Amino acid sequence: MNVAVCVKQIPDTADPPALDPQDHTLVREGKLIMDESDGYGVEMGLQLVEADGGGEVSLLSMAPNGERSGLRNALAVGAAKAILVSDPVLAGSDALGTAKVLAAAIRRLGPDLVLAGTESSDGYTGTTPVQVAELLDWPSVSFAKHIEISDGLLRVQRQTEAGYEEVSCPLPAVVTVTAGVVEPRYPSFKGLAAAKSKPVEELTVADLGLDPSQVGFAGARQQVISVEASEARKAGEIVVDAGDAHERVIRFLEQLKIL
Amino acid sequence: MDRTWVLAEQRDGVPAGIVLELLTAARGFGGAVEVVTWGPSSAGAAAVLGRYGATKVYDVGDIGESLPGPRVAAALAAQVSGGNRPDAILIGATHDGRDIAARLSVRLDLPVLTNVVGIDASGGRPTSEHAIFGGSTLLRAEFTDGIPGLFVIQAKSFVAEPAETSDPAGQRSPEIVAIDTPETGASDAARIVARHEEERSGPKLDEAAVVVSGGRGLGSPGNYALITELAQLLNGAPGASRAIVDAGWVPYAFQVGQTGKTVKPMVYIACGISGATLHMVGMKDAQNIIAINKDPQAPIFSIADLGVVGDLTKVIPKLIEAIKARR
Repeated sequence: MNVAVCVKQIPDTADPPALDPQDHTLVREGKLIMDESDGYGVEMGLQLVEADGGGEVSLLSMAPNGERSGLRNALAVGAAKAILVSDPVLAGSDALGTAKVLAAAIRRLGPDLVLAGTESSDGYTGTTPVQVAELLDWPSVSFAKHIEISDGLLRVQRQTEAGYEEVSCPLPAVVTVTAGVVEPRYPSFKGLAAAKSKPVEELTVADLGLDPSQVGFAGARQQVISVEASEARKAGEIVVDAGDAHERVIRFLEQLKIL
Repeated sequence: MDRTWVLAEQRDGVPAGIVLELLTAARGFGGAVEVVTWGPSSAGAAAVLGRYGATKVYDVGDIGESLPGPRVAAALAAQVSGGNRPDAILIGATHDGRDIAARLSVRLDLPVLTNVVGIDASGGRPTSEHAIFGGSTLLRAEFTDGIPGLFVIQAKSFVAEPAETSDPAGQRSPEIVAIDTPETGASDAARIVARHEEERSGPKLDEAAVVVSGGRGLGSPGNYALITELAQLLNGAPGASRAIVDAGWVPYAFQVGQTGKTVKPMVYIACGISGATLHMVGMKDAQNIIAINKDPQAPIFSIADLGVVGDLTKVIPKLIEAIKARR
């Protein structure tokens, strides 16, 4: 079976995030990395293809500036190829605009299964993958914490607020995976070297037959009115434990009448 | 705003807590408040929805073993496309709520604003508030085109309060209107074959007055027993950071933060939690925060009312003994 995994290239989460003062988009200067939460989808895809004994994992990514550094590790651990949709008109795209681009790329690729993270670690809207499913008229299962395939049917454990549901779902389908669904493997030196020669097809919005007004700032049909610092919660008293810090906690709880 | 719809997800036949929060917010917009619900029966939920201000309940009906996303979105979209068009639709940021919002957005070809923590409708057109960067920054946004505005709202953004009524005895249950679901085709092919609830005892995480949460700083899964015991002694609920949920130490139902529960207890005790932005966004509005962490540089100390720099495997057992000694 063929699996497409949506991967988002985001600014390094170790760096403090910032908004562009002009257009209020997330600043994406410098090297981008693959969103950590997409690593689970990549690993899940590789395991499903390996269990099936045929097919391959393709990566799907969208970035305004041709960035592909965030794809390298996923190619190194075993993804066969990538489609990168890159176009200046994509800047400012919202979740729906992004979904339109990804859905068009998926139609071109024709996979049996699309995997994505439940939400990105930078924008965390958490709607894009299911929007992709609706655009394709496919079923979707969100918040998967376990996936198996037997007789062409997906068997998914879907996390709920109170526990989990067992869901069966025919292919093709979109599944979003939670962190922890599988343990991602690390790339080897050999894999990293091989990644350099794996095909990355770069496409524009026009290549996908999409109208530019559907994506970017024009397609988003929403705007930021203001950005301000929240009323900051201040740091309070700090106690360094010298064996009796618990007594200070007790007094604090007494003041609140918890004790 | 003339009319607001609230998506009313049910839990065991009653509206989920966030639904009552959203109804309370919608009443403040001034116009009519109506809800859309689904499930085997809407009759039980309708009375509660009415008490919180709903005047009409659109009932999608029993969706059987389907996931709610495709069916509820299709039924909603058919109403809107057919001319029954509210100004805004408020959707709780639950797992099913996000699925419905995503599919509805495509069916109506309308954008959706997510992670909303507040809405101001005083200017006629609603503007939404979003707490970003772990809650350190407040962003306001609005739609520039398209009705209804689709808003996916975080739990605990509003305090649920029943509607005041001048004639409590005469308060009427809302009118229930059954609505049709158009053909959903392949998108509705997934089926729920079993449902499992993870057992928890004690107060609910998102309702408890005291929440004691543990993180990676516990060092090992066995040390989570300290969190459970302390929570129990304080009549509170045990919680967790995403790190230890992902590591499989405790179930997802314990998770506090962006992808888990939003909590606003009277006191939140963070043990061995450094304070990643995605955790802080779920607990920063606790009335009081106590943090215990061995790293004095941990970001959690920047928002804690009381910070204890120390080894939690030493501090917490002493705390537990001291509380027990008072009984």
